[in-house]
Formats: sequence, structure tokens, C-alpha cells
Amino acid sequence: MRVLSDVSLDVARGELVALLGSSGCGKTTLLRSIAGFVTPQSGRIRVAGRDISGLPPEKRGTAMMFQSYALWPHMSVAANIGYGLRMRGVARDAIAKRVDELLALMQMQGFASRSVAQLSGGQRQRVALARALAVDPALLLLDEPMSNLDYKVRIELRHELRALQKRIGITAVYVTHDREEALTLADRIAVLDAGRVVQYGSPEEIFHRPASAFVAGFMGADNAIELTRDGDGRLRSSRTNGGEPVVAHFRSDVARIDASSSASDADLQLHGQVVQTLYVGQGYRYRVHTDGADVWAHASHRIDEGAPVAVVVPRDALLLFPRASSAS
Amino acid sequence: MTLAPRILPHLGRALVLALLAFAIFGPLLNLVLWAFAEKWYFPSKLPLEYGLTFWQRVFAPRGNALASLGTSIWIAVLTVIVSLVVAIPAGYALGRLKLPWRGLILLAFLLPQAVPNLPVYVNIAQVFYRIGLAGTITGVVLVHASHGLVLAVWIASAAFASVDASLEEAARNMGASVWTCFRTVTLPLAAPGLMASAIFVFLESVDEFTGTYFVGVPDVTTLPLLMFNASMGGNYQIASITALLLLVPSIAFMLVVERFLKADVLAMVGR
Repeated sequence: MRVLSDVSLDVARGELVALLGSSGCGKTTLLRSIAGFVTPQSGRIRVAGRDISGLPPEKRGTAMMFQSYALWPHMSVAANIGYGLRMRGVARDAIAKRVDELLALMQMQGFASRSVAQLSGGQRQRVALARALAVDPALLLLDEPMSNLDYKVRIELRHELRALQKRIGITAVYVTHDREEALTLADRIAVLDAGRVVQYGSPEEIFHRPASAFVAGFMGADNAIELTRDGDGRLRSSRTNGGEPVVAHFRSDVARIDASSSASDADLQLHGQVVQTLYVGQGYRYRVHTDGADVWAHASHRIDEGAPVAVVVPRDALLLFPRASSAS
Repeated sequence: MTLAPRILPHLGRALVLALLAFAIFGPLLNLVLWAFAEKWYFPSKLPLEYGLTFWQRVFAPRGNALASLGTSIWIAVLTVIVSLVVAIPAGYALGRLKLPWRGLILLAFLLPQAVPNLPVYVNIAQVFYRIGLAGTITGVVLVHASHGLVLAVWIASAAFASVDASLEEAARNMGASVWTCFRTVTLPLAAPGLMASAIFVFLESVDEFTGTYFVGVPDVTTLPLLMFNASMGGNYQIASITALLLLVPSIAFMLVVERFLKADVLAMVGR
């Protein structure tokens, strides 16, 4: 089975690149082939000019942080962190010094002799990161390191990780399925779909100028409605003849349900009925059944289900992609 | 009258439990009685005199009970070593690597248990006699190991299979070669399971009678053989005392095994 094809990525020194995609898209396989646990059928992997494609994992000089952290339960925190240095033949007292440094960096002073079984999820994560950093790797690989943590701890560690990565200037590849995580952490994001990199660029670029309908949907613009575009750029319902068939993507928080018809002529207006209501804290999210498709829209006030409403989407919030015209 | 329906089921259960307890502990109790009986003739239901004379005889410096206990333990230790030397690589290969014919290989180790013992041992005895292994410790150890291997290999493969593969990957990633990774991560994590398999092999060897009888007699006398000789000679006291001695390692190790053999390892047996 072919998991990855036509993947070409370059990562600059000191840069954090996120591999973003849904499960099964090949992002973890890509990371594991960099680490050397998976052998690609063809292609080259280079780190700082050195071709590592044919090397066994232990000779690649990469350090990986595993989703499960993969800390060794039969070793103390210090032994876990110092393992890579022991493998490199570093002197005992130099290892102890480095372990202390890293524990201080992780704000875990005094944990050296603890058993890893006694640590909380967040602490394990820090130890796993310290173990990876201990060897000063040419490339740090992170495989969804936050996915096993509580939301609050996750947000906290995300900021810490980003600050730390900036401070020590390490080059890192970070696998995640969480777009918010990718946006906040990465210098550049590679969006993967079915084993291919479908877009590679800065977070702003990916978010505001998605290259395809897939990327737009993945980045949160998951409302999709089929329209036609006239020669003068006006958008009309897909039922009308002529014009260029397009699909318009937009995020539900930019789609407003407005009673007052303050919408300008250029904005997209969709008429429909409320069929589902979700309370999301800063207001309500409604599923509106319109002529073309069901869309999600936002309003600050409560609307009864079944009520007729108008959804207004600002023109500049619409992401337009060409579509094959339907034969109907 | 109204109590009967409520008491009857309890009574039935108590009766079954009592029968079960008698079936398990009755023979053991008889053993204990015999071990301390000085005189016990036919019509009397209980020993006529109690004492420790026979214990003194068993533990006398010139008594052969201690010598055969030593032989038994020495053979068991050697059997454990032989079994582990085979079971560690075999168990790793079966538990960790994706081997074809895995099920068949595991089944092959079961063969010595599956076929009737006696014809096999008679044949082994004949072969061993020809190549000079009859009546030697080596011969007996080989016979015991053939029996112990099924336990050792099955448990070892389960122990290795229950070691999380990402722990090994983490070691490789941190710069450990295949061998160093095995030595520092896989083996220590599989150690409790291997310990349990070693104990099972030890107990199996200490208890083994048939194979030892055919291959070892007359030069190798283990505790079960001594017990057999004693009871054949009508010396029930000596037989009972050796039987009690045999119980000690079994019970002690069972308690240890219960601690070592965790549910996650057991769940992998035969997978």
C-alpha cells in the first residue's frame, strides 16, 4: 500500500514545521520515515546536507517525542533523560549536569530520582521532551505530543513549547491533527491529504488563502455552498444558467444571522430555516437549511427552530474554488 | 417450615464446598498424619504414637533425603538455565517479530506434552543409553527441559509481546543499537514474565518423576524418586516427609509467581 507520494518538504534551520492532517493522511508515517522506523520505497531524506535515508534509527541524530511519551517505566526520570547521552558515551558527571539543566528548563527540579510511573501526564510530557532535547538533536520530531493531555494543560504546554523552541532555536517537525495547535505553534504548516502535501506555507497563508477546498474545509471554513460567478464577479445561486461554477467556503463565525438587512449588495445572502441550535458560549450557532445546502451560522441572540432567517456572509470572507458544473 | 426454603440452598452450597475441601485437603491431611506417625497399624483410624523419629532419619547427615534434595535442586536449576537460553531468543522472535508459521511453531513446543509420556521416555532412555547420557545429570536435564520448554517459550513470548514497541523505538531513536536496546529496555521490561516462566520450569522439574525414572535410574536419585522408593518399600513416613518437602518450593514459588505474572502478560499467552 502506498501511504505517501510526491512529498517534498524543506525545513529551515530553527524552524518549526507542523504536519497537519486528519488521521490516516500519512503525517505520522512521514515523521516515522524521518526517524528511520519506516523505510521509504524511494526518495531521499537529508538533514543538514547529510543523506540519512539509508541509516538505522540510532545513527540519524534525530530525537523523537512519542504520542505515548514512551518513557521507560523501569528507569528513573534522570535515567530516562540521560539515556541518549549514555549511548553517546558521555561521562557520568557530565550527564548528571545536563540532566539537571534540562530539569531546570522544564521546571522539574527535584524530580531526578522519581519513577516515571509517579508523574502526571503533563510531567511525563516534559520528561519526554527533556529526553529528546538532551542529545542536542539536529532535528526534533514530535508525534502529536499533546493529544493525551487535558485541554487546559495542553494550551499551557503549547505556549511553553513554542517559547522554548524559539529560545533554544531548535529545528522541529510537529505532527498534529489539531489546526489550532498548528496555527499557534508553527512557523510553517504542511497540510497533508491522502499521502500528499496539498499546501505548504505560513499559518496566515494557509488560513486566509487555502489552496483548495479541502484545505479551506480543514482550516475551519467547513460551510460549503455551490454558486455561479458572473462575468462581473457577482455571485448567484447555482440554479441560474451561465457563469462560472464555483464552490464557496466560509467559516460559521463570519456567517451572521441578521434581522436588520444591513447587508451590502456584494455580500452573500442565503435564506432558510433554522433546523438546529447549539449554544457555544459567545452566542449561538445555528444550522440553517437553505436552498443549496445546510450551513452553520452565528448569532448573538436566541432564535426558535423552524424560524425563517437570512444568513449574511461578507464578500471578503468567502473562499471561492472552481467546481465541475453539475449536469442538472 | 418457612425457614427451610431459605436454608436449603445454603446447605447445598456448604455441602459442595465441604466435599471440595475434603477432596483437596483430605489427602494432604493424611500426608501430615503419616509424616508425624511413629506407629500406625491397620484397625486404628489414627496413628497410635506421634513423634519426630523419621524426621531425624530423613535429615540425618547420612540420610539420602538431603542428597536427593540437592540433586533435585541442581537439576532444576540447570533445567531453568537450558530452558531460558532457548526461550529468551525464541520468545523474542515469536512475541516481537512477525514470523510466518508462528502458531505452528508455538504448537510444536506443545508436542512433548501432547503425546503419551511413557513410550517417548522409553525411546529416549534407549537412545540416551546408546550415546552414554543414561544415568547422567545431563540426560535428566535434557528430558526435563523438553518438558519445561513449552511453558518457558509460551510465557516468554507473551512477556516480550507485552512490551510496548514504542519503548523500543524510543531507545533506538536515542542512539541504542538493536542489541543495546534489547539489553537495556526489552529484557528488563520482560523480566517479570521471564522470572515467572523460570519458576514454572523449576517447579515442573522438581516434581518430574517419569522421565527421571527412565533416564536417571539408578545413578540419579531425585526427591520424587526417593519418595517413590520409600512408598514402594512400605515406608510411608519417609514418603510423606519427602512429599511435604516437595510442597515447600511449590507453595513458596506460587506466591511469587502470582506477583510476577501480571494480567497483561497472561493476556498475551498463545497470541
